[in-house]
Order: sequence, then structure tokens, then C-alpha cells
Amino acid sequence: MMNAENWDNLSPREKYEKRFESFINPELDFAGEEMEKKYRERAQMLKDVIELKRPERVPQCLNLGFYVADYAGYTAEDMMYDYEKLGEAYRKFHADFDVDTMASSMMMGPGQVFDILDYKLYQWPGNGVNEERSYQCLEKEYMKPEEYDILIKNPSYYWRTYYLPRVIGAMESWDKLSPWTDLVELPFMGPTFIPFGTPDVQESLRTLLEAGQAALEWAGAFGEIDASIQAGEGLPPIFGGFAKAPFDTLGDTLRGTEAIMIDMFRRPEKLKQAMAVLVDINVEMGVRSSTQNNHPIVFIPLHKGADEFMSEKQFDEFYWPTLEAVIKGLVEEGMVPFLFVEGSYDDRLDYLSKKADIPEEQTIWIFDDTDMEDAHEALGDIACIGGNVPGSLLQTGEPEDVERYVKNLLENVAEDGGFILSNGVVLDDAREENLKAMLQAGRKYGKY
Amino acid sequence: MKERLVEAIVEIEEEEALSLVKEMLKAGKDPVDILATCREGVELIGQRYEEGEYFMPELIMTGEIMSEISELTRDRLEEQQTGEEFLGRVLIGTVEDDIHDIGKNIVTFMLEINGFEVIDLGVDVPAGDFVSAIEDHKPDIVGMSALLTLAFDQMKGTVEEIEEAGLRDDVKIMIGGAPINEEIREYTEADGWADDAVEAVGLAKNWVGGN
Repeated sequence: MMNAENWDNLSPREKYEKRFESFINPELDFAGEEMEKKYRERAQMLKDVIELKRPERVPQCLNLGFYVADYAGYTAEDMMYDYEKLGEAYRKFHADFDVDTMASSMMMGPGQVFDILDYKLYQWPGNGVNEERSYQCLEKEYMKPEEYDILIKNPSYYWRTYYLPRVIGAMESWDKLSPWTDLVELPFMGPTFIPFGTPDVQESLRTLLEAGQAALEWAGAFGEIDASIQAGEGLPPIFGGFAKAPFDTLGDTLRGTEAIMIDMFRRPEKLKQAMAVLVDINVEMGVRSSTQNNHPIVFIPLHKGADEFMSEKQFDEFYWPTLEAVIKGLVEEGMVPFLFVEGSYDDRLDYLSKKADIPEEQTIWIFDDTDMEDAHEALGDIACIGGNVPGSLLQTGEPEDVERYVKNLLENVAEDGGFILSNGVVLDDAREENLKAMLQAGRKYGKY
Repeated sequence: MKERLVEAIVEIEEEEALSLVKEMLKAGKDPVDILATCREGVELIGQRYEEGEYFMPELIMTGEIMSEISELTRDRLEEQQTGEEFLGRVLIGTVEDDIHDIGKNIVTFMLEINGFEVIDLGVDVPAGDFVSAIEDHKPDIVGMSALLTLAFDQMKGTVEEIEEAGLRDDVKIMIGGAPINEEIREYTEADGWADDAVEAVGLAKNWVGGN
């Protein structure tokens, strides 16, 4: 697709059309024409709702967490370590639940690779977390406040020399490697390779070889699982790659929540410069990862700009500008940013509709704890929205409560089209009968 | 100078607040009074938070400034050894299998600022640890925090274990965290829930006032 001779001359909207054309017609060995037809219809439905049209019905797409394991009678640890069980669980889920998109089994991650690497940023089932539970991030100041300038000058060097040695045990020795940009002339070549002769770097490289082998096995496994679900159930994946809001890149896993909030007071300009540097990096990552997977949609989970996290003034000053730049950068390349709005955005809606400049008909916003009627009013004319059956309701409510919730949602918010029925938070814990009630109600009240 | 310190705290002017405290200490002011003045400022911050003017960054930054100020006053305070009167004792922790602590830390800080003694059990706290800590510390209030949806069952289970240990009538139980709402309060049979740190303080004050 991107090989097309004139790719660089295409307008963003033409690129978008090309990407969808390729996504709707994948090279997959479908289990019969029926499944191929279903896949195409469903992929087309996604395109329709993005363009704020009314497809035949409201598409229902779930954001799956470790509920998949629970439903199949396995543990979360099984999903990260035993690819046969991973496949069985994902296939079973997608066969049994009436959804319109596939959630990729890649999202569970390879525990073995993390073990080999001595990955310190997370705890996961089988490594610090109970075998039944989802992985969790260990927030710390992995990046020190005095290191902003190094990051701003050369992010890739910063990552390799400072950040990775702190979060990946097997790469601890990489802090002594010189920058790759040294490699410009013969006399500079030799010195660069001296550290590679030291025992700890050599040990590190051997460990990475092992991790690479394990990662390849995992890639083969999830690739096969995902392809079999797409081909066997006629389900397109919901997204193909990732990007993040620069504030979250820094706040989630480099500085940590508390430290980044202190930075807003102590070094606001450095923080803004660092976020500006992270815009292109996030755009490139989103375009590359989604393109590799032949998918137009880029997943962007939003974390620290939610209502409780900051004021509208701070959102306007710190969070939104670089996120908007990432959104626009992706749209420019014909991608569809999929904003997964965790927490509540009730107080952001007015800002988003009046002050933000959101490209029309080329974004998806899935809300969690946000009032959907308000979201529809604020964004309904410019963006596809969806959500937001609450995790608490799915876990502790009764099926009739769930049905009532979905009915209300579809009658009041989905009427004009441009809507996706989805769960609020990532699905780790739920009652089966509630989830089924949600999807049944979606079919019952979601016909156009 | 007192008013200037209150204002520096309320306006989150870190350098100004610290230099005022240093000046006051140098002038021989009682550190207990200085801290009381700072608390006035923090209370106003709580009000601004409630009114929707201030958010998490201001609370976190205030926590940071206050810990710098207590560092400055610590030596002098230790000399004086003043006993403090607390409004009540709160036992707090993030439930088992959940390692998120930011919400819990903010609530702890706000409770302390508002005159509560807080015993923080940390994160990933099993029900049994809550029970034995209640036996050891005899708190008025138990606070359970969580970010993950797994917390619903952990909270419910912890309330049940407290009940089984015969301690349920000795404590009020509050829960909080992003996924918590009234539906979950009912499910867990906690006595109350709070949406944010200031609400949690209000709830706690209500309870100890009513005891």
C-alpha cells in the first residue's frame, strides 16, 4: 500500500482511503466465503462509524483484559506463559461472544521474555503479582529531574543510556555504550566497540539473544492465534498499533505521576520541551506499528489528563497541545487515532468541542466514566464516540441492569450513527451473564 | 509574616514559603506555630480543591512543600517534644493484589493535615493484615484504596474478615479509588466511600464527630 508510487503525493484523506481499502481486503485465508464477507462488513462498519454514518447496526467492540483467561478457566499467568492456553482462551472468547472486532492476544505480553530481560517496570502474574491478576506498573522516577536536557537533546540516546539500563536488568551495562552517532569515520569506529568486549555487555548481548528467541516464539504464537480468529470468525482487529500522549509517555513510565506533577511547578518549560520532542516519536511509532499490521487505527490510551488529574487550565497548558499534535500527525498520515479515554472526561468535553482542533471524521473516542449524552453533544458532529458500560456494573450488577444501561445508551446516544458499543475500563473482571446481556442488548437496541 | 506564609502556601509558591519558614525559625518563632500556620494554608488549598480550582498537581506539590517544611522544623520540634492531640486514628492501605498508591498517599496526607493520626499499611495489603492491624492499633476508621476492578471483591472480602474477627462494630470503613462508586460501597458493605481526598476527610470528620 505504502509502496504505491505516488504515496507521498496523496492527501491525508486519500491515504486514509488507501489504508482502509487494504484493511478491508486483507490477505487472509478465510474459513469460507461467509467469514470473508463478515470480516469485510465489519471492517466497513468501522469505517462507516468513523465517518459518522449509520451502518446496519451499532458495532460492538470490547477492550479485553484478563477476563479472557477467567472465562476459559485459566489464570492470567497462563496467558503470559502458555501460548496454547492463550490461543484456546482467545478463540473461545471470540467464538462465544457476539462482538464485531477482535482483541489481539498480543496484548497479554510474553512473560518469558520479560523474565529473561529482568524487566523491572512491571509486576506480572507469576512475577510479583498473584497468578490470577493483571500486570501492574511500578511507578518510580526512572528518569531523574536533572536529566530533562539529555532527553530533549537526544531522546533515543537518553532511552538507551539512561532509561533502559534502569528498567531492563539485562541492559544495565548499556549505560557505558557511546552514542551511535559517533560512527562517522574510521578512527572513531574502533573505540565505539571497546565496551562490547567487556564481560557485562557480552553477557547482556547473550541474554538479549535468548530474549529475542523467546520473543520470536511468542510472535509466531500470537500471530497464528490472531490470524485464526480473524479468518475463522470473520473479525477484524480493533486497532493495529499504538501511540501515546507525550504527557503520559513521561508521566506513566519515565517520571511517574507525582514527579511529573511536581515538574509542572518546578520546571514547566523543560517538561514542555520534552513533550514537544516526544510528538514526532509517538507519531512515527503509531504509523509504523499500525502500518506493519495493515490497520488504519492507532490505539492511544489516555491517562493523566482526566478530570481529577488536572484543571482545565493545566490540561490546556500541559496535556492537550502535544496530544493534539500527535493526533494531527497521525491523521496527516491517513491514520485514525483511537483515543481510549480512561477515567472521567466530563470536565474536558467543553474544551474538546470548543477549544481543541480535532480533525473531523477521523478519530474514535471510547469513553469510560464520562457522561455519554454530554460526550455525544460535544463531539457527535466531529468524531465517532463509544463506550461506556461500566466495569462496576459488569462485575456487580444484574443482567437486567446491564440491559437497561445499554438500551438507554443506544436510544439516547447512538441514534445518529458514529457510535461504538464498548465497555468502559479494560475488561479484567466481569460476570459472564452480564457481558452476554450487554452484547445481546446491543444487538436488540442497536439496529438502525 | 504569618499571612505571607499562608499566602505562599495557598498560591503554591515553593521558594517563597520555604524562605519565610527559614526566616521565622531564625527569628526564634515556635515551630509548632509555624506548622499551624502552614496548615491554615493547606486547609485553604483543600477548599480550592473542593471548589474545583485546584486539582491533583496542587495537592501533590503542597505535599512536597509541606514535607520540605517539616524537614526544616524537625530538629527544633524534636527538642520540644510536644504531644499532639489527634481527631482520630485512621488505618489505611491499598487492597491485596493492587500496588497503586498515589490516591492513598494523597488521602493520607490530607487526613494528617486535618489532624488525624494515620497508620499506612502500604500497598497489596491482604485482608488478614487489615484485621491484625485493627487489633494492634485500634483505629476509629479503616480506609481501603484501589485502582483496579479486582478491588471490589478484595474490599468485600476484607470487610467480611473484619466482621468475622468480631471487629466490625469497632471501626467505620471507607473505600475509595477510581472505580469506586455507591454501587460498590453497597456491594462491599463498607460504611462510606469518597470520590476524592477532600471528601474522604469530610467523611472521616463526620464519623469521629459523631462517635
